[in-house]
Amino acid sequence: MTKNCHNDYKMKFTTDEEFPDLSQHNNHMAKALTKEIYEKLRGKSTPSGFTLDDVIQTGVDNPGHPFIMTVGCVVGDGECYEVFKDLLDIVICDRHSGYKPTDKHRTDLNYENLKGGDDLDPNYVLSSRVRTGRSIKGFTLPPHNSRGERRAIEKLSIEALASLEGEFKGKYYPLDGMTDAEQEQLIADHFLFDKPVSPLLTCAGMARDWPDARGIWHNENKTFLVWVNEEDHLRVISMQKGGNMKEVFRRFCVGLQKIEAIFMKHDHGFMWNEHLGYLLTCPSNLGTGLRGGVHVKLPKLSTHAKFEEILTRLRLQKRGTGGVDTASVGGVFDISNADRLGSSEVEQVQLVVDGVKLMVEMEKKLEKGESIDGMIPAQK
Amino acid sequence: QPMDGSSFQCVILCLCSAEYPDLRKHNNCMASNLTPAIYAKLCDKATPNGYTLDQAIQTGVDNPGHPFIKTVGMVAGDEESYEVFGDLINPVIKERHNGYDPLNMKHPTDLDSSKIHSGLFDERYVLSSRVRTGRSIRGLSLPPACSRAERREVERVVVDALAGLKGDLTGRYYSLTQMTEKEQQQLIDDHFLFDKPVSPLLTCAGMARDWPDGRGIWHNNEKTFLIWVNEEDHTRVISMEKGGNMKRVFDRFCKGLKERLIQERGWEFMWNERLGYILTCPSNLGTGLRAGVHVKLPLLSKDPRFSKILDNLRLQKRGTGGVDTAAVGGVFDISNLDRLGHSEVQLVQTVIDGVNYLIECEKKLEKGQDIKVNIIPAHH
Repeated sequence: MTKNCHNDYKMKFTTDEEFPDLSQHNNHMAKALTKEIYEKLRGKSTPSGFTLDDVIQTGVDNPGHPFIMTVGCVVGDGECYEVFKDLLDIVICDRHSGYKPTDKHRTDLNYENLKGGDDLDPNYVLSSRVRTGRSIKGFTLPPHNSRGERRAIEKLSIEALASLEGEFKGKYYPLDGMTDAEQEQLIADHFLFDKPVSPLLTCAGMARDWPDARGIWHNENKTFLVWVNEEDHLRVISMQKGGNMKEVFRRFCVGLQKIEAIFMKHDHGFMWNEHLGYLLTCPSNLGTGLRGGVHVKLPKLSTHAKFEEILTRLRLQKRGTGGVDTASVGGVFDISNADRLGSSEVEQVQLVVDGVKLMVEMEKKLEKGESIDGMIPAQK
Repeated sequence: QPMDGSSFQCVILCLCSAEYPDLRKHNNCMASNLTPAIYAKLCDKATPNGYTLDQAIQTGVDNPGHPFIKTVGMVAGDEESYEVFGDLINPVIKERHNGYDPLNMKHPTDLDSSKIHSGLFDERYVLSSRVRTGRSIRGLSLPPACSRAERREVERVVVDALAGLKGDLTGRYYSLTQMTEKEQQQLIDDHFLFDKPVSPLLTCAGMARDWPDGRGIWHNNEKTFLIWVNEEDHTRVISMEKGGNMKRVFDRFCKGLKERLIQERGWEFMWNERLGYILTCPSNLGTGLRAGVHVKLPLLSKDPRFSKILDNLRLQKRGTGGVDTAAVGGVFDISNLDRLGHSEVQLVQTVIDGVNYLIECEKKLEKGQDIKVNIIPAHH
């Protein structure tokens, strides 16, 4: 069709005339993009018509977050990671602790390989959760996809999820069309996602046509949840109260593999390659796309001078209990893995399980007025 | 075997129906006029710059509607949009502009301010007078579609031309990216500074991209003539002053708008005899002109016949904060309703005659006299 027309038209201007002003910017894209790279890539587009300017728009429009170094770029389809390699490899390396273009990523969704994780003290660990995302082959991604594509993704997802049974038997709630009662219940369960308001997402075009073809599926037990067409094609979440991360991870792996099998039968498997693992919209979610975490009470440890250092050494990150960009309440923190790319799902959840176990022991020691100096871990 | 015309049309309809937006909850001019047949006809077309129908209607899809105001729901990405998407834009124009049919009517342009009479208001009532319009530079894409290079070119062309203004129009340009904090504060105090758009009507149309690159404000030393560069249009041109001398405001307006300045440099404004001056939003076609006053009408505004009177006079009221604001202290922003199908001189005269009449009504009410209102709508 006509998708490359606009970019061809722009080529009549010079690189200098088009190059974005990034002088006030602090994000991974702004750090990585040079005039040379822009010159090399600006004339290219993926087969679906996504261009360099499309990739970087969100980073141009959002100079930076005061506390977090944002990524500043997104992809519109799986091919972007190849076509715009010269930029994205640098961003990926920077964001994922030195990951090189020649590195290989490990995928391991065999929950039996996780050691322990069923005995986190529920007096401290209030809830456990593992989430990831998946992109469906044959479709472009949320920054780029059309209404027709998004609806096709929804249709496929509904079919796949409707065929699940046993502990995975559940129901789909389209955002447009749920009753008030359903909506209130989903909000009460903390399942409902809103139209994105963050300019990081809206400037990337991810809220277009809202709420068309967006929805939420969850099982009857409310322990397995899938978001359709939010920031990624699918976001898959396994969760439950208490500290049995082993069970959460088992359900996560089993559910994901059941879903993938159904998509593959329709020739729409998940986007994956051995260098970048699972391909998602934001380069920060490459690899496993996995965030495994707990809500844990650490009032004493969190005020300890070495808290940040302990987290860094354990390869963990903290957030408030409202999720990213929120503050902790009552000494309860959301603790999860910091890594996504270059280690497997099992490895990342293992870090969470081992690290949280250690931190709870530290908390108990501090409660007794004892020192934790001897417990500070080595860098993992 | 080649398909016949109707079969082919069927196929297109089928492919396009997967893409057709869900407009069931929508109330805007685009949603009222778009049909599956029109969509099928236009969905694979693009302007020479590559702007598409989906892009033009995106803002109307993303913003179902304002409860009280029927928004337009679409924009133009360039001058050619009005031609290429005519099958949709023309009925939208007809609905928005009171029956004006672009296919068989001509729009009169008249910027001879010497034709205005009675343009001096009673300053016990009229606090300020203002005339604004917009102008687009032919050959460059409009804010929803322009690239950074095009936007910077608009800025260059306009700033260069304005440097040629002399006498009481001598002034200077303040680029949004380079103004000092002191300059910024002064512009805020003068109520000249415009912000990055936050209204989703504008952001969903892509008008805030790359902010604040290429944006700025020019004003004359006397602060009575002001130009916004690259906000919602290439330029917004404003003549204003305190008090009731609308004649002088319009004189200055016409003087400052002389196209000669950009013509000398090889450019011209977007204009044609069907649609008058071409701007981003179809609601601003024709003259793009809003002439208005801030006027004290505490008694009249409380009269139940106020809205009818305004209607008859082809005027609209707004609060003193502009569109979508409330009136404060009985002071209203009163301006012309129409933009297309009447000339600048006609519209300004309409405002002058109308406001004079409103003041007469207010004076009558002050004296306890009644006002007579035509039951039959005034002919214009």
